Amino acid sequence: MASTDAPPLDANRYRQDFPILSSVLHGDQPLVYLDNAATTQRPRCVIEKIVEVYERQYANVHRGIHWLSDQSTDLFEEAREKTRRFINAPLREEVIFTTGATGAINLVARSWGDANMQAGDEILVTEMEHHSNLVPWHQLAARTGCSVKFIPITDEGRLDLEQLPALLTEKTKLVAFTAVSNVLGTINPVVEIVEQAHQAGALALVDAAQSAPHGRNDVQAWNADFVAFSGHKMLAPSGVGILYGRASLLDAMPPFLGGGSMIHRVTMHGFEPAELPAKFEAGTPPIVSAIGLGAAIDYLEDIGVDNIHHYEQMLTQQAHDVLEEVGGVRFFGPPPAEKAGIVSFTLEGIHAHDVAQILDQYGVAIRAGHHCAMPLHKRLGVAASNRASFYFYNTPEEIDALADGLRAAKRVFRR
Amino acid sequence: MSSRKEEEIYQEHVLDHFEDPYHRGELEHRTHVHQGDNPLCGDQICVQLKIGPDQRVQEAWFTGDGCCISLASASMLMQALEGKTVDEVRAFTAEEMLELYQARLTPNRQKCCLLSWRVSQAALFSPVQDGVDSGNREPAGGEQSGPHLGEES
Ligand SMILES: Cc1ncc(COP(=O)(O)O)c(C=O)c1O
Repeated sequence: MASTDAPPLDANRYRQDFPILSSVLHGDQPLVYLDNAATTQRPRCVIEKIVEVYERQYANVHRGIHWLSDQSTDLFEEAREKTRRFINAPLREEVIFTTGATGAINLVARSWGDANMQAGDEILVTEMEHHSNLVPWHQLAARTGCSVKFIPITDEGRLDLEQLPALLTEKTKLVAFTAVSNVLGTINPVVEIVEQAHQAGALALVDAAQSAPHGRNDVQAWNADFVAFSGHKMLAPSGVGILYGRASLLDAMPPFLGGGSMIHRVTMHGFEPAELPAKFEAGTPPIVSAIGLGAAIDYLEDIGVDNIHHYEQMLTQQAHDVLEEVGGVRFFGPPPAEKAGIVSFTLEGIHAHDVAQILDQYGVAIRAGHHCAMPLHKRLGVAASNRASFYFYNTPEEIDALADGLRAAKRVFRR
Repeated sequence: MSSRKEEEIYQEHVLDHFEDPYHRGELEHRTHVHQGDNPLCGDQICVQLKIGPDQRVQEAWFTGDGCCISLASASMLMQALEGKTVDEVRAFTAEEMLELYQARLTPNRQKCCLLSWRVSQAALFSPVQDGVDSGNREPAGGEQSGPHLGEES
């Protein structure tokens, strides 16, 4: 955590680095981009890095015996090293490039899951999971006969951890949970959950898709066995994500996808898998996207992840304050001081899609729907909600614009 | 901020239907009923028809919940269906439904507008038998042709 005398973050300075943030929509409405939990925007340094690689350093990685391939491979491996440092992983081979958080979780479900789970075994997830940390386990259950159980949430939108000891049994083989809820903004106590999982003899997978972009993610401090996240939610191109896995586990796991790069030797009769991390990186990887992720990490570290976290919490607090004044707003999740930069709500008497539609006409981009968390919305008792989600480049003025847009929605619907 | 912008989608006649819908409620002597939803936004519409021996829709009612567009369009559709023959209802296309709605819709909101239309088409094939509502869900793969959205991500 940053000390309280950390310099306040100057969002207006960072905005200059994001060309898309100066967009004007519908003729005269400046873009107010508040859909960062879905995906963030890219700074010029990431865009320029991508262009530079394609213009000067691009070839396939780990293959050619030629200068360009060496260049490309060096940059790709440098990005892996930057990512390793960013999440404080002990070893570079524990950092696997995937297609995203979804790709990473599916890799674990297919490889580790198929090899280790059987009928009677249990996987523990939570009621606040994104579908990508839920459906792969449902699929695994269908393949192996294992079952999926849920840690419930409280009415305030926190995990009900009093239930955890009873839910963790000798049948539990994995606890898969999100570090930060993409709907409620709840920041979950990762260390505590991992520790309890381990005490029960289970492994722990942390879905860090919503935490990696916005704060400190230390896989050693967490003591997590697997960690998954996506590049596109942290300034990098889409198409690349990360699976961190403990080397001893990854070593014992069978390869997931088969193809080039993941083999040590192939014969007419079979193959020997390559060493880590190549074993889990079949085929040509998202080379330039991964290099872009490296550039994004440089940029984020320059700002300071703790500064980002604190600034976003300030925006969250402000959002609660100004939306409260609008009237008729029902918030989901815990109080603002316990949330990341995610504020989900409904506006009384107006459907979430209608709210988002009117906000769009004022240039304000938020999310409306179930945000890939249908079981959670069922638990909350609403079919859909609105979600404003922030990043370090959002300003207090933009949150005022959100509130103004909500007032406009109330006028249109005469509420 | 002007109110000009909202008018494009939330026109007066749309809001009128939304706030004071035509035949929103249960139809007692219904002969046909069907319910469908847009799982991605949670909107749900149940269409209830009374089709006479002359194969004409005598009454059309709906129940359900959803956004302004799905409810207003359902209201408009119920008005439009009454008096039509079964064949005419069957021939009533998605494009005609969008025309009936009038206000211009982006592709993802067209789906809201077409929910009640889709359900009404299925209702024709869902007669009430011996007082028991049959076929309360759309048949598997019942997604009709016409503009639609992929899964929400
Ligand atoms: C908590 C959480 N987990 C997983 C994902 C899936 O990420 P991706 O679609 O990039 O694989 C998301 C993104 O929406 C998310 O918010």
